[in-house]
Amino acid sequence: MANKIEIKDLTLVFGKKKEIALEMLDQGKTIQEIREETGIAIGVNNINLDIEEGELFVIVGLSGSGKSSLIRCLNMLNKPTKGKVLIDGENICEYDKKQLIEIRRKKISMVFQHFGLLNHRSVLKNVEYGLEVQGIKEAERKEKALKSIELVGLSGWENYFPRQLSGGMKQRVGLARALTNDAEILLMDEPFSALDPLIRKDMQADLLGMTDYIDKTIIFITHDMNEAFRLGDRAALMKDGKIVQVGKPAEFFENPANEYVERFIEDVDKSRILRVKTVMRKNMYLAKVSDNRETVIKNIESNDRGYCYVNDENNKLLGFVELEKLKDSEDDNISKLVDKNYEEINRNAFLSEIWTKLDESAYDVAVTDKSNRIRGIISYADAVAALS
Amino acid sequence: MFEFPESLQFGISEPIDRAVKWMLVNWDGFFDGISNFVLMVFDAVQGALGILPWWLILIGIFFAGYKLYNLRTGITLTLMLFAIGLFGLWDLMIYTLVIVIISVLVSVVLGIPMGILMAKFEIIKKISLPLLDAMQTMPSFVYLLPAVMFFGFGKVPAVIATTTYAIPPLIRLTYLGISSVDTEIIEAGKSFGSTAKQMLLKIELPQALSTIMTGVNQTTMMAMAMVVISSMIGAEGIGGQVLIAIRRLEVGSGFQAGLAIVFLAIVLDRVLQGVANKLKETE
Repeated sequence: MANKIEIKDLTLVFGKKKEIALEMLDQGKTIQEIREETGIAIGVNNINLDIEEGELFVIVGLSGSGKSSLIRCLNMLNKPTKGKVLIDGENICEYDKKQLIEIRRKKISMVFQHFGLLNHRSVLKNVEYGLEVQGIKEAERKEKALKSIELVGLSGWENYFPRQLSGGMKQRVGLARALTNDAEILLMDEPFSALDPLIRKDMQADLLGMTDYIDKTIIFITHDMNEAFRLGDRAALMKDGKIVQVGKPAEFFENPANEYVERFIEDVDKSRILRVKTVMRKNMYLAKVSDNRETVIKNIESNDRGYCYVNDENNKLLGFVELEKLKDSEDDNISKLVDKNYEEINRNAFLSEIWTKLDESAYDVAVTDKSNRIRGIISYADAVAALS
Repeated sequence: MFEFPESLQFGISEPIDRAVKWMLVNWDGFFDGISNFVLMVFDAVQGALGILPWWLILIGIFFAGYKLYNLRTGITLTLMLFAIGLFGLWDLMIYTLVIVIISVLVSVVLGIPMGILMAKFEIIKKISLPLLDAMQTMPSFVYLLPAVMFFGFGKVPAVIATTTYAIPPLIRLTYLGISSVDTEIIEAGKSFGSTAKQMLLKIELPQALSTIMTGVNQTTMMAMAMVVISSMIGAEGIGGQVLIAIRRLEVGSGFQAGLAIVFLAIVLDRVLQGVANKLKETE
């Protein structure tokens, strides 16, 4: 996958005496030392990070670790002191006012910890806001707004005001507002931290469910390691404005970078937070139902397998075919050979939920999303390896 | 030994006098222009209020009190205004009201943009804040002097003095309202690509509206206080009645006029406060 966002040598210094702070950083001083000596606050200290297209990337860290400062550099709410932020290869730090407004309108939207709703506007008018500032006609923006209100499960609440809603519902409004302008990148700054634990769990599940329907690159900030690993395809742990470790959730358990990471993940129950999608294998051979039998046989054999999964014309999962059957058949068309009784697992399931399925299946189990597209495969051995 | 040495005395009254005289001579047209403009607005507002029959105004106040508060407040406010009519001060009250309304209008037109500028530009804030402090601690009498100097006697200097005295709270509260809009709401506005104008009109002003309305209320009350004092420079109205009563030592009619002023002030305060509260509820 291509990189959607590339962060290069990014440093963010608050206040006026930026040069002094940069110089002191070059001398190798820590940001605590600089703060004590000069009173200058540094949010982000020389960060390099690549975020892939379509990824749900979580940045996790304690308060004051610089994660909120970092995410605000991605839409220039914070202007970086040094370094580059490349979005689709363009350095947005060099954008002028006009370009900045344009990219904020079309490409990046944001969800806030305390919702940031306009309390003088109804739910509908809040959700429309991103389109309203673009000067889009009322009928069109209402249609789009209603669609995203439906997506977050708030249909029927359009004409209520934020003060009449519960915390969880307010954040749904915030999410709907961010979805309405159809931005490719969604920044979420501790969106669920202000919510009750139960509602937070619901929201997490709903967000993951939604990612099956919307193809967005999501950067999600949290201070909760459990939340980070539950949600993230990948995560980055931040401390003192620096990144301590980046990787898939499982990698944090396999190779914690240092003692700090170890302490951070100490209380996390792996099987309950590791999701199938972070453990599954993505590189596999997928046949199409229209493929020629000979080609399929050749491909399966070259992958050293005994079967393969088969997609239909619309790239939805149809079933699987076994190598034996293919060899026995004489028909060039493989569609009759496809076994539709395949096992599947939703990619957002937790490992703890899928043991029986993995155990019973003789093949690698297909990992699918809600729109029935195959995203990867997983076997018993994969799951065991991830948890060990 | 105990006296302040005479050699150190240096008054600023003379240079000020000279400056005023110079301005009077050289900026003659400017002051005449303002004078004519104020007179024109005065006649327009008075004409507009004059079209309304007294009972319609009473009914209007009743509904305002009823809608904003409850039936009792509606009736109380109506009775207060009715009492002013009973005292035979209705026309004078309208006159006073016209000056107050004009002062508040001018304050809104000048004060709100001023408050916005203060919130947006650090330098304007730094200059304005001490100036506003000075304006608010200056005794109200002092405002009469320049008004009289530049505009003579009558309603024009009364409007000018009243406006100058009444405008600071509105500027201050507009500034406060705009600068204390929740940072996350500001960030949200920016993150969706609002232009500076859209930020102001769609986010900052609506969010600050209830605070600004409180400012309008305070400005109105200040104007009420000043309009009475400005009767000393020839403004008629209820204040004029008090002044006449003082000169003639008529305790009764002085008290009556004073009570009318209090009633009018209460009615204005309640109605504007009610509007501000309604706006606050929506937050």
